[in-house]
Amino acid sequence: MEFPEEMRYTEEHEWTLVAGDIVTIGVTDFAQEALGDVVFVELPQVGTMVEAGKPFGVVESVKAVSDVYAPVSGEVVEINEDLPDAPETINTSPYEDGWMIKIKVDDPTVLDALMDADEYEEFVESEE
Amino acid sequence: MLKKTPLNRLHKELGARLVDFGGWEMPVQYRGIIEEHLATRNAAGLFDISHMGEIEIRGKDALAYIQELTINDASRLGNGQVQYSAFCYPHGGTVDDVTLYRFSPEHYLFCVNAANVDKDFAWMEQVLEEGLFPQVHLRNRSDEFAQIALQGPAASAILGRLTDADLNRIAYYRFHEGRVAEAPAIISRTGYTGEDGFELYFAPEAAEKIWTALLAVGAPDGLQPVGLGARDTLRLEMKYALYGHELSPQISPLEAGLGWVAKLEKPSFIGREALLRQKAAGLGRQQVAFVMVEPGVPRAGYPVISGAEAVGAVTSGTMSPSLRIGIGLALVRPEHAALGHPLKIAIRNRRVEARVVKPPFVKK
Repeated sequence: MEFPEEMRYTEEHEWTLVAGDIVTIGVTDFAQEALGDVVFVELPQVGTMVEAGKPFGVVESVKAVSDVYAPVSGEVVEINEDLPDAPETINTSPYEDGWMIKIKVDDPTVLDALMDADEYEEFVESEE
Repeated sequence: MLKKTPLNRLHKELGARLVDFGGWEMPVQYRGIIEEHLATRNAAGLFDISHMGEIEIRGKDALAYIQELTINDASRLGNGQVQYSAFCYPHGGTVDDVTLYRFSPEHYLFCVNAANVDKDFAWMEQVLEEGLFPQVHLRNRSDEFAQIALQGPAASAILGRLTDADLNRIAYYRFHEGRVAEAPAIISRTGYTGEDGFELYFAPEAAEKIWTALLAVGAPDGLQPVGLGARDTLRLEMKYALYGHELSPQISPLEAGLGWVAKLEKPSFIGREALLRQKAAGLGRQQVAFVMVEPGVPRAGYPVISGAEAVGAVTSGTMSPSLRIGIGLALVRPEHAALGHPLKIAIRNRRVEARVVKPPFVKK
């Protein structure tokens, strides 16, 4: 299982990637593996405000429905419009083509509090 | 402590994801539900269904007892035949749905749902205690049988390589006693997928050998091990009932769309009066099959809406791996059950359009 070094991770198995004041969010390799075949994705609309710790979207596999949580508050500035028509992209490319939303945040340094790749790997091992 | 089937070790070796299913540690998937589903539709799938229960009935009064216990007409069964049936409570609710095997006029076997084995056996004993059927001997033989289902268009070719039985002579819903991978087995041309295929009953000691041999001889045809995840999507595409969803103590077989199973003309069986009353009064709710018109995955328990009011609830739903749209079964008020009738399914905070269709979802 892969956990890119440049990303920060949550206990709900989202990844985040910061570029300036824009944070890209998706679900991790561990999450997609645990979900199984993803068949449906629900994303917020561009312009929506998401709130740290609250669900912003839904990922459904054949068997399960899972909320996806915003690790940080901000405004949705872009969504992955290809995802609803090809939800399986979350399985095949969780960190790249399977990204979910981009949000604009006031203070990207709040993401420093999230787990780095090594910490997240340890966290995942403790969950298994 | 979860119960384990004799194939538990092999499931782990195959990398299956194991879950608690009715007290059993069972594989929900190996390589992925969609891949396993499509393998079964296009080639063949191998399912461990050893969790299923087997209850034997022997004795001179066996048929009379089974006629009282079940809603179908067991007198129509010949030796070597299988019948889909159900047990009802006197109020018409469903104890379980079952398959019935006739070996001889005084020897039958019920295959029952795993989670219901103890409940069913207790119910069967209770019916016996009324004293009307003195010549009946009941035995719960669930621990003496392992069970594998081999399903799919290639099933017959694959099984043919490992058995002495002439599979061409085993018609749908019939069974033979023969050998599979040299082990004695009941070879039943039945299943829960809508595909041609077999359910094999044999001693637990033979399970690893039969499973391994089938996977090996079936590999060139694309045979894959299939977990309970795809077992559920396969049965739902065919509209087959799952106990605890379409059927329950609160849902009668008539409401669940199993009117064809209930032989109300039979002079007597437990639940008959209640079912006759339901039929005479008109059903207050009935099962419909629906497809999603807008994107969305229906799930058990989601409300069904028509206009502004709730008119029922989803009993089973999934994304259909064959059709790639959401499909489901629901119990709704009868005025909303007509083919083509528009419904809305409440999915979280959305009301998503659906339409009543004629099942099965996937035509065979």
